[in-house]
Amino acid sequence: MMMGRLLSRGMLAGVFAALLAFVFARVFGEPQVNLAIAYEAAQAALANEPPEPELISRGVQAGWGLLTATVLYGAAYGGVFAIVFSCVYGRFSRLCARPLALWLAVICCVVAVVVPGLKYPPNPPAVGDPETIGVRTAAYFIMLGLSFCSAMIGVVIARHFAPRLGYWNANVLGVLLYGVLIAGLSALLPDVSEVPADFPAQVLWHFRESALGMQLVLWAALGLVYGALAERVLEPARA
Amino acid sequence: MATATLKPAVAVAPVPVPLKAVAPWAVFGALLFVVVLYFVGAEQGATALVSGHEVHEFVHDGRHLLGFPCH
Repeated sequence: MMMGRLLSRGMLAGVFAALLAFVFARVFGEPQVNLAIAYEAAQAALANEPPEPELISRGVQAGWGLLTATVLYGAAYGGVFAIVFSCVYGRFSRLCARPLALWLAVICCVVAVVVPGLKYPPNPPAVGDPETIGVRTAAYFIMLGLSFCSAMIGVVIARHFAPRLGYWNANVLGVLLYGVLIAGLSALLPDVSEVPADFPAQVLWHFRESALGMQLVLWAALGLVYGALAERVLEPARA
Repeated sequence: MATATLKPAVAVAPVPVPLKAVAPWAVFGALLFVVVLYFVGAEQGATALVSGHEVHEFVHDGRHLLGFPCH
């Protein structure tokens, strides 16, 4: 049952981290989303298009909708994080629960968010052609998958060469391999360039800043909280 | 729970969780991950299991801010 406890704590830590990320997104992200929607509405008015019907009010989208999406996302990544942690702990790493959880959170944030975001950065409303949503969604999830797979290959190679090269050199080799693999593979995926010519650069920049900030809050909190929770399960003498 | 009776010293080496114990939970966790990520990140965008736009519109802001392509 130990694994069940580790997994449920991962999802709990993910939900808690998501609540903090929601507050961050609410304060820093939402103003940029609203500016982008105002730009979209202004463009539609200029083109004499009727305003789009509001199926779900902006207030609900920015409140319960954002909260639900963020909490589900946090719980999902919290669960996967707990599984990765349980495989690595004591097996690939001699670190104790708390430092290992924080290190893993840094690595997961880079692999799942930062690197895919370098190829396909988050975009506010009004950026992106609805006609290409199929290609962009497929490309984004393929990029995410390639990043996971490259990281996995890096880990396997680092493990393989650790006895021969020593832990430090083998880990450097693993990280290097990940970088080379993902740089090469992502170059094969299509580039997306769909920012309207007169879209305010400042809004785009602030939106992406806040999207990245939201993820940093989420992963930092997940790593710190999960480390403390996992320590109580795995190292009761220490807790 | 064999460790409970031992009262190990603080400087004990981390004991790995057996992979046999991880495996079933890993399947469960991975399935949950895929389903949740799909509904938060892609439903009623590129593909749709539920007709209409309600799911898309409800998670709209989260989808944008979490970095998924939205529309």
